[in-house]
Amino acid sequence: MSETPPALSAPTLSAHGLTRRYGGHSAVSGVSLQLHRGEVLALLGHNGAGKSTTLQMLTGVLLPHSGRIEICGLDLACQPDQAKACIGFLPETPPLYRDMRVDDYLIFAAKLHRVPREKISAALTEAKRRCGLQEAGKKIIGALSKGYQQRVGIAQAIIHSPQVIVLDEPTVGLDPAQSRDIRGLIRELGDAHSVILSTHLLGEVENICDRVEIMHHGLLIYGDSSARMMQYGNGKMKPEEVFMDIIEKHSAEELAP
Amino acid sequence: MIRLIAYKEFRSLLVAPSTWLILGALQFILAWSLLGRLDAFLQLQSQLTLIANAPGATQVVVPPLFGIAAIVMLLLAPIFTMRLLAEERRNQTLALLLAAPVSGRQIVLGKFLGLMLFLSLIVLATTAMSLVLALGTPMDFGMLLANMLGLLLLAASYVALGLYISALAAQPIVAAIGALAALFGLWLADSNSSDSNPLWHSLTPTGHFMNFNGGLLDSGDFVYFMLFCTVFLLLTIRRLHNNRIYG
Repeated sequence: MSETPPALSAPTLSAHGLTRRYGGHSAVSGVSLQLHRGEVLALLGHNGAGKSTTLQMLTGVLLPHSGRIEICGLDLACQPDQAKACIGFLPETPPLYRDMRVDDYLIFAAKLHRVPREKISAALTEAKRRCGLQEAGKKIIGALSKGYQQRVGIAQAIIHSPQVIVLDEPTVGLDPAQSRDIRGLIRELGDAHSVILSTHLLGEVENICDRVEIMHHGLLIYGDSSARMMQYGNGKMKPEEVFMDIIEKHSAEELAP
Repeated sequence: MIRLIAYKEFRSLLVAPSTWLILGALQFILAWSLLGRLDAFLQLQSQLTLIANAPGATQVVVPPLFGIAAIVMLLLAPIFTMRLLAEERRNQTLALLLAAPVSGRQIVLGKFLGLMLFLSLIVLATTAMSLVLALGTPMDFGMLLANMLGLLLLAASYVALGLYISALAAQPIVAAIGALAALFGLWLADSNSSDSNPLWHSLTPTGHFMNFNGGLLDSGDFVYFMLFCTVFLLLTIRRLHNNRIYG
């Protein structure tokens, strides 16, 4: 365990001034954030706030129209292959090939992320163990329940032991028991990796995240530790009320002359 | 990486039951065609012996067989190429490749080679079927090899074009229809060209295949197919890159 507090160690992910437009509409505007080792950062916001677009830019799926992204000190635009080798990404819809077996799919993901051939077997065993997939290796992905498919999605994101893990709404569509299991897994991942996850579920922020950034209309309007966010408004407000209050204050400022 | 993606595409084709149904139907069609041409040759054989420099069994049977295989390839290529990018986009699995340390060039070449590996099996099966003639008559192996090479190059050009259209389309069915329309349009353009107006003949893949079909190996035809494939593969790589920029 590192003796350097996370905030003082070099950031594993750093984004400056990210902007992305769709036609005349700015989906993301001037977003800057940093992530350190051992941190779990939550990106909160309504649907359409720009969370998924931001995460896709951070992982190289989309290119920002302006801004700079560094992953473990590597510029994502100039050294994309080296930088992407440090990232694991679970999109909002897990990128699963439904006709493949779990083992075959995870081995494919490991090879895609340049895991050395001699280490693939051990990486597969470890990823399945962490995601509770030990008995599911021979099963066809399409035949798994949604909860297990989500676990396979997370497994492909961590099989190469990336330093940065990006999860886009990892518990959406899961039942309470499945959500609880996934949240426990994310908290465990946060101990050894840097994790950034997008969510609009305040319970996840309270339980598993160290820091929170709130997005609204493509802008980052609030950023603080989750503990201090829960103390917002004298600590008597529920998480949902805190979130709505922050959003409404920002909206009022936008409309003010 | 190219090999990894190619092998994954090849394997996913082989595990799909529909693929084996298509291959079975294709073999039936080609076998029926081979028997028909062989039967026609046997009926004409006695008359052909009276003609100087009469065509042999290879010349009567092999080019029409490969001609039918070329038409079948025109119909098959859109069905298989629609899966390569459009279906990945619809199933939202393309993000796995785009977020991985893999370049657009490696993705496109991997998918191209994976499907070509599969279609090579069809070309080999057609060639093997033609080899049964060797059991009863001396064969013109040069003509057979020319047809095999021509069909391979034709399939490569169809796959390159289909892959590009698959990169343009958001839905697999649109990709399939678009590729079929483009390939059929090129085939029609070649069919309607004449010796006095050979422009379309020189622009379409089918036109250049006809030389191989006749047993002629022309380096110009080979260069055409290389250029055709290269242009559409480069366009596909460019399209993938543009998708990252424009969404």
